[in-house]
Amino acid sequence: MSGLDGAWTRRWIEAVAAQVAERKAELTALDRAIGDADHGENLDRGFQAVLGKLEALDDAPTPGAVLKLVATTLISTVGGAAGPLYGTAFLKAAMAAGDRPELDAAGLVEVLAAARDGIVARGKAELQDKTMVDAWTPAVDAAAAAGDDVRAALEAAAVAAAAGAVATEPLVAHKGRASYLGERAVGHRDPGAESTSLILRAAADTQ
Amino acid sequence: MTVGLVIVSHSAKIAEGVVELAAQMAPTVAIIAAGGTDDGGIGTSFDRVQAAFATADSGDGVIVLCDLGSAVLTAETALDFADAPERIRIADAPIVEGAVAAAVTAESGASLDAVLAAAQDQAPAAAEAAAPSSPVADPAAAEAGSVLEIELQNEHGLHARPAAELVRTASAYDAQVTVNGVDAKSMLRVLALGLDRGTLVRFEATGQQAAEAIAAIEALAGNGFGE
Repeated sequence: MSGLDGAWTRRWIEAVAAQVAERKAELTALDRAIGDADHGENLDRGFQAVLGKLEALDDAPTPGAVLKLVATTLISTVGGAAGPLYGTAFLKAAMAAGDRPELDAAGLVEVLAAARDGIVARGKAELQDKTMVDAWTPAVDAAAAAGDDVRAALEAAAVAAAAGAVATEPLVAHKGRASYLGERAVGHRDPGAESTSLILRAAADTQ
Repeated sequence: MTVGLVIVSHSAKIAEGVVELAAQMAPTVAIIAAGGTDDGGIGTSFDRVQAAFATADSGDGVIVLCDLGSAVLTAETALDFADAPERIRIADAPIVEGAVAAAVTAESGASLDAVLAAAQDQAPAAAEAAAPSSPVADPAAAEAGSVLEIELQNEHGLHARPAAELVRTASAYDAQVTVNGVDAKSMLRVLALGLDRGTLVRFEATGQQAAEAIAAIEALAGNGFGE
């Protein structure tokens, strides 16, 4: 396979749903420390709903069609801040993908950047605010720097997102429920940055 | 037709409670609760908010009041998907005070921008600072008989319901009306005065219908502000 096609996109989303289901207690535990202890449950509800709707797609969907289905489903089923944020991210990603049958490395970077820009616009968060932006932005930068190999770009994005999530630990939160904690949020990893890392790791591991 | 309101809260009970409170002061305004998730849990529902936008909009627009951060995110996302986003405004205001102020102003038939301004009007500290900019009647107007002083008789002072009556009455006239120096068309500023029983209250009005406004307020005061 040269690029990322609709079938790959679908396998990726199925892998994300499986990973979220497996790690929902862990995500919720991160959220319990600095938020309202529902991130894992909410994302799991959203991605399980996505799984149910993937059946309705035709046999050879475009990446954009899969991403749009994920967007609309997450927006209406997640129930917490992650719903509008990831919903907007996937929607902007779908728009960036357009009706291309597959994405090469440059296309992947466009899609990742559109997702990140959607999150920034929706959440109005900046780097170092201790949010999922702290995982997305280094991931976009790393993918862009990885060159013309789409697999290498995916791997670079996943590695950078994981490092970005870890790097939220010493930060004071400036957005969301965690911002009410002030200094007490220091030492805890942002659950949204961790779920971003999970989503991009699943992408890198999907063949 | 009037501007409608949508109350977006993480809790269905909070949204319903705010609707109950605001509706008491604005019986004809469409105030729609969009609280909790689809399965009744704590959170916000895109679908509920989207449906509430449609129900609240009679064509004159909708003001949205939200509680915690992700309620705003959900409302903004629903706005992106709305049929007539230009008629929907998300107020940057405390959900209870903002809803009451917006509802009272909407009840008077005010425009979308005026209802939004009422919701976002800052109570008490900011109101103090802003008071000098409120229109104050000049001596000529006073001579024209547009000043009224009364001793407040209401047992519990000018609390929310009688204050709403005053704001509605003042808003019905083409005049700038003040009560003890603050804008009498602003629910939050009137409430911030904390007028108790026995307080000497001074109304002043300027503008086209200043005399009519004062006459109407005098009648309203004689009627115990509707109590």
